[in-house]
Amino acid sequence: MRIKALSRSAASAQAPGSNVAKNIRNLDPDLHPFERAREYTRALNATKIERMFAQPLLGDFEPGHVDGVYSFAKDPECLDHFASGSGDGIVKVWDLTSRKEQWQGQAHNNIVKGMCWTRDRKLITCGSDQKIQMFEPYTTPSKSPPVATWHGGAFTSVSHHRSLPSFAAASDKVSIYDISRASGAPVQTLQWPTAIDTINALAWNQVETSIIASCATDRAIILYDLRTNSPLHRTVLNLASNCMAWSPMEAFNFLVGNEDHNTYLFDMRNMKRALNIYKGHVAAVMSVDWSPTGEEFVSGSYDRSVRIWERQKGQSRDVYHTRRMQRVFSVAWSPDNNYLLSGSDDGNVRLWRAKASSRQGVKSYALRQKLQWQSFKCLDFLSSLWASLRTAVNSMPYGRGVLEARQISTGYALLMTPSKLSNTDDDALKERYKHMPEIKRIARHRHLPKQVKKAAEIKTEELAAIKRREENERRHTKKGQVRRKAARETMILAREQ
Amino acid sequence: MASEPSSKPPATRRPSRPAPVTDEEERAKAQYAKAADEQYGRGGRIKTKAVKDKKLRANLRAVESKHRDATLQAKNAEILLENEAGFLEPDHELERTYKVRQDEVRQAVGVETAKKGFELRLPDLGPYDACEYTRNGRELLIASRKGHVATMDWRAGKLGCELQLGETVRDAKWLHNNQMFAVAQKKCVYVYGNDGVEIHRLKKHAEAVRLEYLPYHWLLASISTAGVIRYTDTSTGQMLTELPTKLGPPTAFCQNPYNAILHAGHQKGTVTLWSPNSSTPLVKILAHHGPVRALAVDKSGRYMVSTCQDRRVSIFDIRNTYKELFSFHLRQPAQTVTISDRNLTAIGYGTHVSVYKPDIFSMTPDSEIKLPAPYMNWGGDGQAVFRLRFCPFEDVLGIAHNSGFSSILVPGAGEANPDSLEPGTNPFENTRQRQEAEVHSLLEKLQPQMISLDPNFVGNLNLASEEQRCRERDLDAKPEDKIEKLKKKARGRNSALRKYLRKRGQKNVIDEEKVRAREAMRANDRKIAEKLASDKKKYGPALERFATKGF
Repeated sequence: MRIKALSRSAASAQAPGSNVAKNIRNLDPDLHPFERAREYTRALNATKIERMFAQPLLGDFEPGHVDGVYSFAKDPECLDHFASGSGDGIVKVWDLTSRKEQWQGQAHNNIVKGMCWTRDRKLITCGSDQKIQMFEPYTTPSKSPPVATWHGGAFTSVSHHRSLPSFAAASDKVSIYDISRASGAPVQTLQWPTAIDTINALAWNQVETSIIASCATDRAIILYDLRTNSPLHRTVLNLASNCMAWSPMEAFNFLVGNEDHNTYLFDMRNMKRALNIYKGHVAAVMSVDWSPTGEEFVSGSYDRSVRIWERQKGQSRDVYHTRRMQRVFSVAWSPDNNYLLSGSDDGNVRLWRAKASSRQGVKSYALRQKLQWQSFKCLDFLSSLWASLRTAVNSMPYGRGVLEARQISTGYALLMTPSKLSNTDDDALKERYKHMPEIKRIARHRHLPKQVKKAAEIKTEELAAIKRREENERRHTKKGQVRRKAARETMILAREQ
Repeated sequence: MASEPSSKPPATRRPSRPAPVTDEEERAKAQYAKAADEQYGRGGRIKTKAVKDKKLRANLRAVESKHRDATLQAKNAEILLENEAGFLEPDHELERTYKVRQDEVRQAVGVETAKKGFELRLPDLGPYDACEYTRNGRELLIASRKGHVATMDWRAGKLGCELQLGETVRDAKWLHNNQMFAVAQKKCVYVYGNDGVEIHRLKKHAEAVRLEYLPYHWLLASISTAGVIRYTDTSTGQMLTELPTKLGPPTAFCQNPYNAILHAGHQKGTVTLWSPNSSTPLVKILAHHGPVRALAVDKSGRYMVSTCQDRRVSIFDIRNTYKELFSFHLRQPAQTVTISDRNLTAIGYGTHVSVYKPDIFSMTPDSEIKLPAPYMNWGGDGQAVFRLRFCPFEDVLGIAHNSGFSSILVPGAGEANPDSLEPGTNPFENTRQRQEAEVHSLLEKLQPQMISLDPNFVGNLNLASEEQRCRERDLDAKPEDKIEKLKKKARGRNSALRKYLRKRGQKNVIDEEKVRAREAMRANDRKIAEKLASDKKKYGPALERFATKGF
C-alpha cells in the first residue's frame, strides 16, 4: 500500500527567524467563492472612497488681484510659474509650489486682455489701451517698467510662436511681431477681407507652427496660414466664440469655447462638422485649456463653475465650484498634469486638483503597501519610462531648444498622470463595474450650486421645447422637406474658403 | 492538484484564429489551452464575429484575448504550487484501501503527520454532538449534549477554553475566525469569545437545533425545533429575517458553500433550499421517502449528498436539474455526512464511518456498480458517531462520537495548497494577518441580497424593460381598493356594489371585503333616501310626487 498524507512545515509559510510571512496563491476558482459579488463590493467601496476623498480645491494664491482675473499665461519653460492678468492692468507672476506672488507690475491702464511667455522667459501682455508690453519677471524686481512696448490697435489676445522669437497679436486683424527686430511695426498682417469685427481670441498652433486660429465677435472662426500670408478658411457659428486652444497632441484639432454654453472640438481639415460637442455648462464658456497629454481639458464658464472633460466624451468628468468663486474668465491646466488653475471675477486665482480624489506628496504606509502590492507592474513600466526620459535629458545639451523641453515636460506629465499612477486594481475594478446602477449613481453624483442646477433644469426644458416644436413642424410638412441635422453640424451657420 | 510540470508546453498566446492543427506540438498547445480554459475559464466564450458594432467588437475581442491569457497564466502558475495532495493507493489489485487501519496509516506517514491522528476520551461528558474546525483548520471546537464545550489548537494539543454550560447544547459553530464561536443552547444561541467569555446572547434565535455560518456574508443562521430559519448579521448584530419553513421540526441543515444557500431536510423526506430574500423555499426537492437524516454539499456547489432514515444515501445534482444522480444503501441509517476539500465524502452511520472517493459523484443509475466500495473505513468498536467534519487543508477527519472526539488521517482529503490571501483560510496566519484579514473581509462583506442560486448574477445588467421595472417598483404601492373603486363607478339604478354583492357567490361566506361592500351600499341607500326626503320637503306637499331617487 502506498500512503502519503499532507505535511506542511510552518517554515514553508515563514522562514525561521524572519518576520515576513510568505504569501502563497492558489488560483483555483473553487477556493475563491463569490468572486463576482466580492469584486462588485470592492468596486463599490472604491467608488465610495473616491468620492469621499474628492476634495478638489487646494487653495488660492495670496494676495489675490484687486480686480477680476481675465487672463493667464503658463510659462512653457518651467513647471512652477505662471502669470495672471487682472482687470486693473496689474500682472502678477506666481510660484505654484509656495502659492506666493513672485513678481508684479502695472502693465496696462485697464484690463489685461491677453498674455504669453516668450521662449527666453519674458512675459508679453496686451491690453485694450492699445499697447503690447514685454516684461522680464525673472530678472527684474517687481513694478519695474517694461523692456519693450509695441503700439497698435486695441489688442485682445497674444500668442507666441513655439520656437521663433515672434508673436501674434489680435485686434481687428492678426498682426505678427518679431521680437528680435528693433522696429515696432508688425512683420505680417493677416485679415479676412470682409471681416471688420474685433477678434476675441487667437491661438498659434504649437505643433504646426504656420497655422493660427482666431475667433471674432462676428461669430467667425478664421484659420490663417503664415506661409501663404493669407487666411485659409472662415466658419461662422450661430453664436460668437470666446476662446480657443490647439490640441497639444493632435496638431489639427482645436477647441472652441462658445457663447452657446458649449465647447466644440474642430478638425481644421474638415470644418463642416465638429468632432465633438461638450455640453454641460449653463452659461457661456469663457476659457479652455488642454491637459498636457491632450486627453482631457478644462473649461471655465460664466456660470461660476469649472468643468473637466475627457476628449472622447460629451459630458464633463467633474465640475468644480466654490461658494465664493465668481464668473470664471481664465483657466489653465498645470504642465505637470496634476493641478488646475482658475481665475475668476472675484480676483482670486484658485488652485485645484486635476483629479479630485488623488493626492500628491508622501503616501501613507498603508497606501504605499496597497499601491505596491497592486501595481508593481505599473510602477515597473513607469520606472522604465522615467529611465528613458532621464537618458534623453542627459544626452541633451543645455538649453538646446524648446522642442525637447516641451517633450520632456509632456513626458513628465504622462509619467505623472494620475490615471497612470493610480492605475491600480481599484481603477480596473471601477472600470469593470462602472455600468452598475449603484456605482454609476455614486460616481456621477456632484453637488451643484442651486442657480446652476436650476438653470440646467430650465435649459433642458427649453431645449426639449425647441425639439418638440421642430418635430411638430416636421410632422406637419411634406415628408423630406424639413430634414434633421446632425447636432455636430447645427451650430455651423456658414463657411467660406 | 499540480500537474506534471515537465509535460507543460511553453506559454504562448494562441493566435486569435487557430491555424489547422498540423503537428504534435500544436496539438499539445491546443490541448493545454483547453485544459486551462476548463479549469480557470469563467464560462463560455463570446462570439465576437456576430457582433456588428465595430467598437464593441474590438472591445470584446480584447476582453476575450485578455481572458485567454489569464487562464493560460493561471495554468502556468500551477508550477508554483508547493505541495501535492496525499494519497492512499493499493500496490496490486488484491489490496483494498478500505482495509487499511489507522495505525497502519500512522506508521506509514511522517511523525508530524501521524500526530494529527489522536483521540480525546471524554466518556463522562456525554455524547458529543458537534465538532467544528475554523475555516483555516487551525482550531477545533467540540460540544457535548450535556453542555461541555471546548476549543483547542488541536495540532499543538493546546486547550483554548473549556466551558461546562450545564444545559443542553445542540450545536456549536465557529464564526469568521478563531476569536468567536456560537453555541446553540437549550433556549437560545450564545456567542462566546475564544477565552470562553459570553459575548452575546441571541435571544431571538430560540431553541436552535442547528447553526450555519456564512463567512462571506457575515451571517449566522439557525434553524429551530419549530422549523424557523433565522439569520443574524454578525458584523452589526442585527437580526435579518425569520423564515418559517412550515414543515415541522427539521432533521438536517447545511449550507452550500458555492452560493450560501441553506439546505434544510425535513421529516417527510423533502429538502428545501433557502435564501434570506424569499419567504418561501427557492427549491423544494422530494429527496427521500422517509425523514432526511443528514445533508452535505460539495465546495463547487454541484452535488448534494443526503441520507435518509431508510438507510439510503442519495447524490443530487443541485446546479441544474435537482435530480438524483445515484443512490445506494448502507447497513444502518446514516447520522452524519460531510464532504472534504477534494470531494471525499465521509458518512457516519451507527458506530461506523465510511469515506468514499469522488467517484460517487460521477456515477449514474445505469453504471455497473450498485454499491460503491468505500475508500476508508473507521469504527465498529462501540462509539456511536454523531458528527463528522473534515479539517480544511489537512488530511484529517474529525469524528464527534459517544465517548469523545477522534481525529483520523484520511490521505487525500485536504486541499494541498491554501491561498494565503483569501481571508480566513490561511492555515499559517499570524495575529497580524488574522487582523488584516478580518478588516478586509469586513470591507468586502457581501450583502444578504446577493444570496441567490446563481452567485454570479451580481454585476449583470438588468435587461428587463423600463416598463417591466416600473411595474415591479409599483409592487410597493398600495394595492388598489376594490370596494372604493366600485363606490365611484357610475351606473344606473343597479349600482356596481349591488352587482358585486349579487354576483359574488357563496352567500354564506362573509369576509371583510363583503362587509365593507355592504356597508358602502347601505350608506349609499341612506344618502339617496335622505336626499329624497329633503327634496320632497323642498318641493312642498303639492309637488312632492316629482321628487325622484336619482341625483
